[in-house]
Amino acid sequence: MSGQAVGGHTVSGHALLPADPAGAREYRETVERIRAGSPQAAADELRRVSREVRRSVVEMIDRAGMGHIGGDLSVTDILVTCFYGLLDVDPTRPKLPGRDRFVLSKGHCAAALYSTLAHCGFFHRAELATFLAPLSALNGHPNRMKVPGVETNTGALGHGFPVATGCALAAQLDGAAWRTVVVLGDGELQEGSNWEAAMTAAHHGLSSLTAVVDRNRLQQGARTEDTTRLEPLGAKWEGFGWEVRDVDGHDHLALLEAMSRSDTGKPVAVIANTVKGKGVSFMEDRVEWHHKVPSAEQVEAALAELAR
Amino acid sequence: MTEFDCRKDFAAELVALARQDERIVAVCNDSVGSSNLGGFREEFPRRLVNVGIAEQDLVGVAAGLANAGKIPFVCAAAPFLTGRALEQIKADVAYSEAHVVLCGQSPGMAYGELGPTHHSIEDLSWVRAVAGLDVIVPADPVQTRAAVRWAAASGRPSYLRVPRFKVPAVTPADAPFAPRRAVLLRSGDDVTLIAIGSLTSRALEAAERLGAAGVSARVLNLPFLDPLDEEAVVAAARETGGIVTAEEATISGGLGAAVASIVVTRHPCPMRILGVPRVFAPTGDTRFLLDHFGLSADGIVAAARELLGHG
Ligand SMILES: Cc1ncc(C[n+]2csc(CCOP(=O)(O)OP(=O)(O)O)c2C)c(N)n1
Ligand SMILES: [Mg+2]
Repeated sequence: MSGQAVGGHTVSGHALLPADPAGAREYRETVERIRAGSPQAAADELRRVSREVRRSVVEMIDRAGMGHIGGDLSVTDILVTCFYGLLDVDPTRPKLPGRDRFVLSKGHCAAALYSTLAHCGFFHRAELATFLAPLSALNGHPNRMKVPGVETNTGALGHGFPVATGCALAAQLDGAAWRTVVVLGDGELQEGSNWEAAMTAAHHGLSSLTAVVDRNRLQQGARTEDTTRLEPLGAKWEGFGWEVRDVDGHDHLALLEAMSRSDTGKPVAVIANTVKGKGVSFMEDRVEWHHKVPSAEQVEAALAELAR
Repeated sequence: MTEFDCRKDFAAELVALARQDERIVAVCNDSVGSSNLGGFREEFPRRLVNVGIAEQDLVGVAAGLANAGKIPFVCAAAPFLTGRALEQIKADVAYSEAHVVLCGQSPGMAYGELGPTHHSIEDLSWVRAVAGLDVIVPADPVQTRAAVRWAAASGRPSYLRVPRFKVPAVTPADAPFAPRRAVLLRSGDDVTLIAIGSLTSRALEAAERLGAAGVSARVLNLPFLDPLDEEAVVAAARETGGIVTAEEATISGGLGAAVASIVVTRHPCPMRILGVPRVFAPTGDTRFLLDHFGLSADGIVAAARELLGHG
């Protein structure tokens, strides 16, 4: 299908979105500063990127009139830490065989992923304006045939982890050094498929696999602990043979440290303690903001808070 | 034309039944809001079982509840209910003949922009392939309420596709609601349009347009896709020039396939099958996607004219 104009911008239909070379150059420079600079400088830079990503998430959802804003804001710092601080990826060559693999299993937070990928230059930021528009590449859940940087099509919860486990298994079979990171919702952990994957990964000693749990303690309709209890969550992962690291999921440097490679031979589970709706005071830790759409005034207030 | 959100009728009827029959329980997967179960929870907090985001567990637990005499209404988004838990539906519910009512919420492409993971266009093929499961596809509020009552009393496993996409009322006051009973919405003898769910009102609109152009179209609606009204299908094949089917589902295995298998074995006639072709939908809202795939009055008119050689 050929391109179609939506809101003054041409939507790319079925093809994989092209990279944004200028954006990718800027990304590489930022990454160099972050990875080579002082911890303080790195933290400042990561916070700046997170702020920008959050702002564009709010703008995308405002324009589309739909989205999962709470989970987008809770996972942003994890996404930014991964792409800017950790992963070895080249946005201009998204299918490079030796790339690190990143899987957002909680695919309903596509807006945060798209915004992050666009900031990295995987595609042009102007494309974000087409989020959810007819024939846009930017569907409500990520599609790897349309969006570079997406490894597998998620959205049905409980799928990303087994796929990521398969990626890590392939790297192990090939003796390759690349690593795999999968980000899971905490409510998502109620799906049994996750625990099947946890067993598989531990059994095979997939130490190149890192599972990050966005532990915001809320799911769609209620708190996780009032729906189907997850605690003691760390002990569960340990019981399944994983090394467990518990961190503040909004502290970029702590996240980076927690996602560093393990020497125990075990896969690593990072329990990232987060706040759903992080950064917008009236959305924080409130279940209704799972997929509520902010009014014009609320958008303005949110953007003002996120400018600080 | 006033359009209705049948989820409200579904929820209201379920609460009304639950007041009369304490065996009725609702089982859901973090879907109290999306299944409109807020009212049920308020009135019967202990009879609402929320297993969390765990559809295989959801259906298995429902089968266990049924085993012990409860009448579980499983309320979950149709793609995850049928896709993730298909084997539980087959083994624990249908094969074990457990009286579980599987209520697929927001079916078809009701979740438009959320994309193919959230579209439930395969559900009809999947559940039709399972023996011993009644498949009910209500087209409007009246049929939605009748389906809830029927499924609660049937003593048998059933799959009930609860509409989310807003639809006008189409069911006449004296219409039957029973297995093997089609609803005749319009008489005609040039061509027959058979539609279910959201496509029913679109088929009626198509028939009106065809009528204005001198083509007399019969319109049949099949609230029971399984077991369906074979005799009405055979009569349509015999008495009219051909059949066009229309459904908000994949063309592989749903209404069109069910009608075609009757037609070819009992009274072959020209047919056109309208549904989602074997592709994953692009981004778009429900209305956009229905039109995109020709699941519109225009699309039905064009198929009927082409079938009749009016090109
Ligand atoms: C298999 C499946 N069941 C149900 C849903 C509907 N759903 C989408 S998001 C969500 C809640 C997810 O909660 P959590 O994993 O905690 O994500 P977060 O809090 O980060 O948004 C649910 C139930 C789904 N997408 N997939
Ligand atoms: Mg959560």
